[in-house]
Amino acid sequence: MKIKWMILAAILTVLTVLTGCEPLAVLDPKGPQAQTQADVILLSIAIMSFIVIAVFAILIYMLVKYRASKQPEDYKPPHIEGNFWVEAICVGIPVLIVAYLSFVSVESNYKVEATPEGYDEEPLVVYASSSDWKWHFSYPEENIETLNYLYVPTDRPLEFRLYSYGPISAFWIPQLGGQKYAMADMVTTLHLAADVPGEYSGRNANFSGEGFAEQTFNVNAVSPDEFDEWVEEVQTTADPITEDEFEELLEPGHLGQQTFTGTHLEFMPAPEGEHGGHNHGGESEESHEEHSDQSDDEHSDHSEHDHDH
Amino acid sequence: MEFFERFAIPHPSPIIYASMVAIGITLLAIIAGLTFFKKWGYLWREWLTTVDHKRIGIMYLISALLMLFRGGVDALMMRAQLATPEAQLLDSQHYNEIFTTHGVVMIIFMAMAFIIALMNFVVPLQIGARDVAFPRLNALSFWLYFMGAMLFNLSFVIGGSPSSGWTSYFPLAGNEFSPSVGTNYYMIAIQIAGIGTLITGINFIVTILKMRAPGMKLMKMPMFTWSALITNLIITFAFPVLTVALAMGTMDRLFGTQFFTTGNGGMDMLWANLFWVWGHPEVYILVLPAFGIYSEIISTFAKRNLYGYKSMVASMVIISLLSFVVWVHHFFTMGQGAMVNSIFSITTMAIAVPTGIKIFNWLFTLYKGSIRFTVPMMYSLGFLPIFTIGGVTGVMLGMSAADYQYHNTMFLVAHFHLVIIPGVVFAMLAGLTYWWPKMFGFMLNERIGKWAFWFISVGTCVAFFPMFISGLDGQARRMYTYSESTGFGFWNMLSFVGAVALAIGFIIIVYNIYYSTRYASRDIGSDPWDARSLEWATHTPVPEYNFATIPEVDSSEAFWDSKYNGHKLFKGKLKEIHMPNNSGVPFIMSALFFVLGFSFIFSIWIGVIVSLLGICACLMHRSFEKDHGRHISLEEVEKTESELRGGK
Ligand code: HEM
Ligand SMILES: [Cu+2]
Ligand SMILES: [Cu+2]
Repeated sequence: MKIKWMILAAILTVLTVLTGCEPLAVLDPKGPQAQTQADVILLSIAIMSFIVIAVFAILIYMLVKYRASKQPEDYKPPHIEGNFWVEAICVGIPVLIVAYLSFVSVESNYKVEATPEGYDEEPLVVYASSSDWKWHFSYPEENIETLNYLYVPTDRPLEFRLYSYGPISAFWIPQLGGQKYAMADMVTTLHLAADVPGEYSGRNANFSGEGFAEQTFNVNAVSPDEFDEWVEEVQTTADPITEDEFEELLEPGHLGQQTFTGTHLEFMPAPEGEHGGHNHGGESEESHEEHSDQSDDEHSDHSEHDHDH
Repeated sequence: MEFFERFAIPHPSPIIYASMVAIGITLLAIIAGLTFFKKWGYLWREWLTTVDHKRIGIMYLISALLMLFRGGVDALMMRAQLATPEAQLLDSQHYNEIFTTHGVVMIIFMAMAFIIALMNFVVPLQIGARDVAFPRLNALSFWLYFMGAMLFNLSFVIGGSPSSGWTSYFPLAGNEFSPSVGTNYYMIAIQIAGIGTLITGINFIVTILKMRAPGMKLMKMPMFTWSALITNLIITFAFPVLTVALAMGTMDRLFGTQFFTTGNGGMDMLWANLFWVWGHPEVYILVLPAFGIYSEIISTFAKRNLYGYKSMVASMVIISLLSFVVWVHHFFTMGQGAMVNSIFSITTMAIAVPTGIKIFNWLFTLYKGSIRFTVPMMYSLGFLPIFTIGGVTGVMLGMSAADYQYHNTMFLVAHFHLVIIPGVVFAMLAGLTYWWPKMFGFMLNERIGKWAFWFISVGTCVAFFPMFISGLDGQARRMYTYSESTGFGFWNMLSFVGAVALAIGFIIIVYNIYYSTRYASRDIGSDPWDARSLEWATHTPVPEYNFATIPEVDSSEAFWDSKYNGHKLFKGKLKEIHMPNNSGVPFIMSALFFVLGFSFIFSIWIGVIVSLLGICACLMHRSFEKDHGRHISLEEVEKTESELRGGK
């Protein structure tokens, strides 16, 4: 057993040293959603370590105390059926822990599934669609579109509407918040926000075929003023996106970063509302209790969905 | 010409050509060897047509070990490719094929076969029965599994392997994005093996419910038998879902239906749901028998009865129920909203409670015991801490909001390997070492076995702990490479070192089998571990009828009581014994299934029709056949018994 503990200890030391230099992306949040998630992660690590330590301690105690080499030759272990109180404690404590974690889990679910609170402005809506193996970002209000990079303002909620032109992908910016799937027949919504200006990396996290490893994008979080400047600059310098050009972009492969005016939503709308294969609540995304109810309803009658996109 | 192009590997490489040659040579060598040593008849009479649960168990075991080797080579290649940033060992397509086949081979063809191997060998002995309830169906189960496994492995050299992950999510797995026949192999090979598993499920439920020795009430069954009962109940409820999902996927790919497409009313999410409605119970199908094995081993080597028998049973029942209501945790990120996620988050974490009870019961079984550190016991003791870490990370994944960050990352990969390896692989190795003397009449060398244990357990920790860190740092799973600037390099190199240690551990086990076969003593008696349950009450080697007289039982540790508390196990007199006849039909029918599967995969409709007719003919043959089994005469039983007793 000793060797194992030594190795474990060594790993832990290396871990602390290395993580001391550069924090792990998920534990180095730059926005409220990632913060919520990092908090939940750290809390659960703490509680779980308690359980792990308890189990390790009991195990070591038993192994040291009751090894055969320490017992007299003729020792006959007793017959013990089990004890109500011992079992009650073994059920009771885990139940309490799970109950507490459930409470935390539910609370954090409603947080990450809602527009982050404490911001004055309305969320910036960005449509993020994946195609083999690229990300297309459409800003309908600003009327611009980018390929494989994002510009977002800090201190304003971000509402990503996700869908895919191919296999299921997952839109993920670890430092801003966890991932969500982008699928071909519906739009899903991911609520994020950035509090700290900076450059973050984002990627597709859900395996989608040959070019999956390189399906990444850059995120530039800048102050609202800078963001406005960027929008203006794009609007004056970039070329408009056309249907033919967009069709070409959809071809499987890798491309660099590109910028356009206009969005592909005009000629190829996202699969939501009347264009959706089906969806999970669409418009009612804001009110969440209602959303969940509604999504059940919508799933029960998929046959009636409208597929004319 | 076009017809033949389908059989070509779409994306060949020197490794694949080399394997083609190697497979060809091996096949020739086997055929030549069998012919030269005149073993065809022996093979047919003693193995291919056998309906004896012990032999079927051993055939499962050999197949599982072969598949472990195949899946292990896949794993080593993956870890080698990821050990350094931007490595060129494998290209993307090959990497994708390898992680797909690794997952399928390890879960469906290795782990499932391994647990079924041990259930086959042990359960009838533990309940004091002469065979399973339907011995011929049991042979059919094995051969269907075996043909499915062979079919799946054939994809490596004919037509190309599947490459959309062991989860095979649509639309990626559909024709548009996976045009090669690889995914057909996935759908059909798993289907064939899965039908075999479903039959096993039913067979063992009936066996355990109907064929227990007199006096063995349900609450007096050994814990491994209990776990087998519950596992087979889960199999019987979960596998039909897989069957249906695979059938729908096959139809989508071959007949143009639209179940899982993204247009025309199909729904890709339906696949994900069906897959995990089977998939989550599946992980408990794997781990519950392992729990049973640990219960046997820990109480044997602590020299104590199992602590909390009743709560052990209750917790398994609760786990089996809960395992059907947590599947959504595999896609918390699919956009179903906070409410649905909350419900499944709670059910998921709830599973930790019964699992925790079991851990504490094992710990308390050690209390006041007299612990012997044998190889099976060391695996069991290594299991406890590592599995606890794997399990608590499962609870962390169950917190859905946080799972948005863990999902699809190396963190998840670390979680499931740290439950499956100690939970299933350790248990298999422990069970193998523990029951080996009963199977083969000699013991595996303890000293070499301990070396293997240390390599494997330390290797597991070194291979998988770093993934928690690289996962939290943003390394997604299933990436065939990463750039240096990500900083994942160090952790992946560490993982590679661990994987090599694991591989060395397995090689040591192979060496141990060789070494012990040559040198181990054959004079070990029938109860070398001083064990507690009925499988040790019969002779070694076990006669084909298992027990000459059926034992009578009045506790969950009847054999122990017979050794130390004056219980009399065998009261009856010797009589003639009724046994089932061997039959070649299961083998032939499964071979036809192989042809059927192959024909489906390549859309050779004439082959489909012919093999289907053949399968029907086999079924009809069975319906009209009059087979009342055979009797082993009293003289013969007496002769065998006195020989076996003399040999002791
Ligand atoms: C305490 C009990 C456990 C809990 C709470 C738990 C929880 C979870 C969760 C939430 C996931 C999904 C994570 C994600 O995809 O983001 C997961 C994945 C997985 N778990 Fe567990 N788990 C537990 C025990 C086990 C056991 C005992 C096994 C197997 C023997 C197992 C095998 C797996 C596998 C294979 C996957 C991933 C499959 C894949 O995506 O390829 N888990 N677990
Ligand atoms: Cu939907
Ligand atoms: Cu699961």
